Amino acid sequence: MSETIKVPTMAEYMAQGKQPEVLFWVGCAGSFDDRAKKITKAFVKLLNRANVEFAVLGTEESCTGDPAKRSGNEFLFQMQAVTNIEVLNAYEVKKIVTACPHCFNTIKNEYPELGGNYEVMHHTQFLKTLLDEGRLTIEGGKFKGKRITFHDPCYLGRANNVYEAPRELIQKLEAELVEMKNCRRNGLCCGAGGAQMFKEPEKGDKDVNVERTEQALDVKPEIIAAGCPFCNTMMTDGVKAKEKESDVAVMDIAELIANAQDL
Amino acid sequence: MNYIANIIFIVILTFGIGFFVKNVKKLFRNIKLGQDVDVSDNKSQRLKNMALIALGQSKMVRRPIAGFLHVIVYVGFIIINIEVLEIIIDGVFGTHRIGLTVLPISLYSFLIGSFEVLAALVFISVILFWIRRNIMKLKRFWKSEMTSWPKNDANYILYFEMVLMTLFLVMNATDIHFQDMNSGNIVSQYIAPLFSGLSENAIHIIERGAWWAHIVGILIFLNYLYYSKHLHILLAFPNTYYGKLTPKGQFNNVEAVTKEVKMMMDPNIDPFAAPAEGTEGEMPAKFGASDVQDLSWVSLLNAYTCTECGRCTSECPANQTGKKLSPRKIMMDTRDRLEEVGKNIDANKGEFKEDGKQLLDNYITREELWACTSCNACVEACPVSIDPLSIIMEMRRYLVMEQSAAPVELNNMMTNIENNGAPWPYNQMDRLNWKNE
Ligand code: SF4
Ligand code: SF4
Repeated sequence: MSETIKVPTMAEYMAQGKQPEVLFWVGCAGSFDDRAKKITKAFVKLLNRANVEFAVLGTEESCTGDPAKRSGNEFLFQMQAVTNIEVLNAYEVKKIVTACPHCFNTIKNEYPELGGNYEVMHHTQFLKTLLDEGRLTIEGGKFKGKRITFHDPCYLGRANNVYEAPRELIQKLEAELVEMKNCRRNGLCCGAGGAQMFKEPEKGDKDVNVERTEQALDVKPEIIAAGCPFCNTMMTDGVKAKEKESDVAVMDIAELIANAQDL
Repeated sequence: MNYIANIIFIVILTFGIGFFVKNVKKLFRNIKLGQDVDVSDNKSQRLKNMALIALGQSKMVRRPIAGFLHVIVYVGFIIINIEVLEIIIDGVFGTHRIGLTVLPISLYSFLIGSFEVLAALVFISVILFWIRRNIMKLKRFWKSEMTSWPKNDANYILYFEMVLMTLFLVMNATDIHFQDMNSGNIVSQYIAPLFSGLSENAIHIIERGAWWAHIVGILIFLNYLYYSKHLHILLAFPNTYYGKLTPKGQFNNVEAVTKEVKMMMDPNIDPFAAPAEGTEGEMPAKFGASDVQDLSWVSLLNAYTCTECGRCTSECPANQTGKKLSPRKIMMDTRDRLEEVGKNIDANKGEFKEDGKQLLDNYITREELWACTSCNACVEACPVSIDPLSIIMEMRRYLVMEQSAAPVELNNMMTNIENNGAPWPYNQMDRLNWKNE
């Protein structure tokens, strides 16, 4: 069904002498990780459905440098940042949307000082404005009455105080939003941040993602909703570790909405 | 008239305050060992934070029971200290309850009455605190970093407050003249009968004894602060003022690196040219932090402010899952090392003499540093705006940029980013392949 998606690049827009409304920053996970690619596509389908004129950088995109910075490699981070900013500024990008809270945080907060000033939105915020403006409609249907719990990504929630946009979207699905013991500003990390995604955890008596998954399973959800490709991986692994994958699905908010539309 | 009492009082007071001032100076000096940061921005927002978080205790009450009890002790502490003013005037001038001569009796009674009520409430709250710590053994008070001194310190403070409140009430209860007035003695009237069997003279001696013990106790407590986690009653104010204002996810960009990177990227800049203005083009002595002097002074202020409450650690995902990392320990280690450096400077005539130790490895291990997910839960939880994460990040920077000592997997990840612009070994030219899959 993927044959119908339209994914123009900035270069193509430029060649036509046009500017898209928004740049979709796909991110490394969204580009390469098999699970995250599905989220990317779901979001693109929604953008197509809402007739949003967007573009991606495609092969001109590079890692924002987030995992390098949080590992302590400030040189590598700033090299990545400056390179990306050069590309973005050359295309005169004004507005960026991304489905990754790490890219969101880095571009929004850490790029301005290095010369990159853009309006940056998380995809849940962007989808919410599309709904508010009537450019996209959601039918509950499929998810009506389903128990869904939302796992706050650290880099969206605590790091940037975005708590409501993803929740409002879940409610628009007429689903039953149930909150975990630790939610919003008290949300428990999935264990991936600070470059932990790329290494084995230190010695301990449990993995963080299992702890968080247990908190989620405590509220007996049918779906664990995520808003970050890394959280998604961690929670999916957690659900597998608890052998609940046949009862509980881990889905990105964009996937939920695209699914509700039968996209 | 006999002036001996006044003289003794003045001597004790001078010593008590003098010693305190000496320690405050040391505190300033130690904090200034840190790196300079510009925190002169956003004064109004900073004042607002201080008013809300320190004065208004807004983050304390997020945990309702501890928060409620803490507010009582805090309000009691501040208000009852008004009474110290009277004690000092009485002590210096040899008067007795000067308030009674300068204030209308009704106002005086009202004041002392409220102090008594607060003293009783503080007493009860402190006992509840003690029970939570020692009998209920709340988990966060019994972590591995809470042994020996930190554990005793917390209890000493509670005992101190119990004794001070008792002395205040006994002092009022044994003041026969004050009891005869029978107004303002809201609580002490119930204590007074305990002494009714004694002679008037004996009661007077107890009253004087309580009075002296109370003021001496307060001076001792004042001087105990510097050695204790109780320093937060003073430092919470500057600390919340200088607390982070930018979004929690925003980590600072190292300026020296920015200059270097801009030079490398800009083909028009001659790398051998002299720096344009001033000498600020030069590289810092080292990147990141391996010892306390490499941290910003705000981080050092953070360390002195930490109350060791452990709210940070109890929210930390790494700590919750049994890893060694505890953000509270990060703060305690930083303070301990800073004290060690300070003592070293004192012992060596104002110069720090290399002691073969540092914050990294001797206090904070690499295992702790690499366990952090940078989730900001500790920062969110801290009731006095401490940022343990910034210390962890500075130390990671040192490990990676000065020592190339990242875990192997992270080195692989970084090599990938360097070579192909993604943390995994995929080709940048394949970035849009998902479109057609
Ligand atoms: S930021 Fe690091 S130290 Fe702080 S709570 Fe999260 S994992 Fe623990
Ligand atoms: S850093 Fe803050 S939360 Fe943690 S122990 Fe110290 S005062 Fe408590």
